[in-house]
Order: sequence, then C-alpha cells, then structure tokens
Amino acid sequence: MITVDHKDFDIAQEYKQLRHAAGDAGAVVTFTGLVRELYQAELGGEATQSLYLEHYPGMTEKSLELILGRAKARWDVLDARIIHRIGTLLPGDQIVFVGVASAHRQDAFNASQYIMDFLKSEAPFWKKQTSDNGSDWIESRKSDFEALKTWK
Amino acid sequence: MLKIHYFASIREQLHKEEDNFCRPEGVKDVNDLLVYLKTTDPRFSEVYKKTPKMLVAVNQVVASRSSELSDNDEVAFFPPMTGG
Repeated sequence: MITVDHKDFDIAQEYKQLRHAAGDAGAVVTFTGLVRELYQAELGGEATQSLYLEHYPGMTEKSLELILGRAKARWDVLDARIIHRIGTLLPGDQIVFVGVASAHRQDAFNASQYIMDFLKSEAPFWKKQTSDNGSDWIESRKSDFEALKTWK
Repeated sequence: MLKIHYFASIREQLHKEEDNFCRPEGVKDVNDLLVYLKTTDPRFSEVYKKTPKMLVAVNQVVASRSSELSDNDEVAFFPPMTGG
C-alpha cells in the first residue's frame, strides 16, 4: 500500500499491519528516513530550520506503484508499505517509511533498499530547505543515481 | 487542450503552476513544445537556460524530448527529483 500525506506515521502500527497482512512472513525490514538538522552538512550546508516537500499528485502514486511492482517481480515480497510525507517538516521529523515483509531476510532487505533507491530518483518529490541563509531547493546527488547501477 | 504543469524551482521562477492552451499547429513532440514555450514566453526561455537538467513528463510518465504529443496531453516540467 502507498500513502502520500502531510500526516506523520506510527512505525509500530505500520509494522503490526505489515505482519498481519503478510501472513507467514519470516522477515520484516523497515526503513525510516528523517529530517536531519544538518542536511547536506558535507556540502557546507547550514542548519536546517525546516524542509518543504513538494510532489506531483497522481504521478507520485503511479511512480511508487511502478517501483513497488518491479520490486515484487524481482523478490519474494509478501507485503510492502510505502509512506512519504509532504508539506513542511522540521528537524527530527519522519519523512519516509518503507516496510517489506518476506519469507526470508535477503528478499526483505533487497526489496526495501531497491524501493528506497528508486524512490529517490524516480518519484516526483522535491525538497526545499530553509536555513538561516534563506531557502533553497535541494539539488539531486550524483550518489543517488550511482546507487541505481547496483540494481542493473 | 494541453495542460502543462510546472514544479519546484521551475514553478517558483515562472511564478505560475500551470498553463492551458490548445496544442499549437506544428507542435508534435516535446521538443516542439519547448521551442514554442521558449519563443512565446521569455521567462520560460530564461528558466530553461538556468535548468540544464530539466525533466519532462507526458501523462505522468517521464518522457524524452522526442516524445510525441497529442491533444489533451498532460505535460510537466520539473528539476531532478529529490525525495526520500
């Protein structure tokens, strides 16, 4: 299931639902992405006051469905969950959740990493960071595109 | 009618979220549309120059400059994605 929403999410609740929906799962892998206070600190970034997330309604859901579909075709996925938040977020806030339930751990690890890697470069989300120096749109990173080569 | 969406830094620089107009004669693919927008909208031309990695989607699927356009298509221009 895919959710794109302003609302926060409860990991315990998501894990519980994933286990329930997956039936006889042997492994559940969950990933949570958070807003860092020093976003892109390695690039000399300023302390984040807030992060604004914009998306393309309709295309976002479609592209996440496609990524999820490809992951399910490649690995044994019993059930999966993607949540991505939009709007204004603060340091420490949860941004994204990916949960995958499988019979075996390797499928759950691989599928969740694959989903996250492609979500970053294929799902139409854009981040704008506000710091003491003003607001700027975050640039895509070369490393995010490099990560996709792993899955060829 | 073509529906054109602009997102993120492109939307901000253009000061608009969308354009709606009938597909102009001779606009058969994305490249034709880019030429049309650059010719008719000086601000778009400026933003296009400043955004070398501008991406395009046709009917909510990432497309290329040579992707064909039909009446009633939904086109979107945006910078590389930065979600997650």
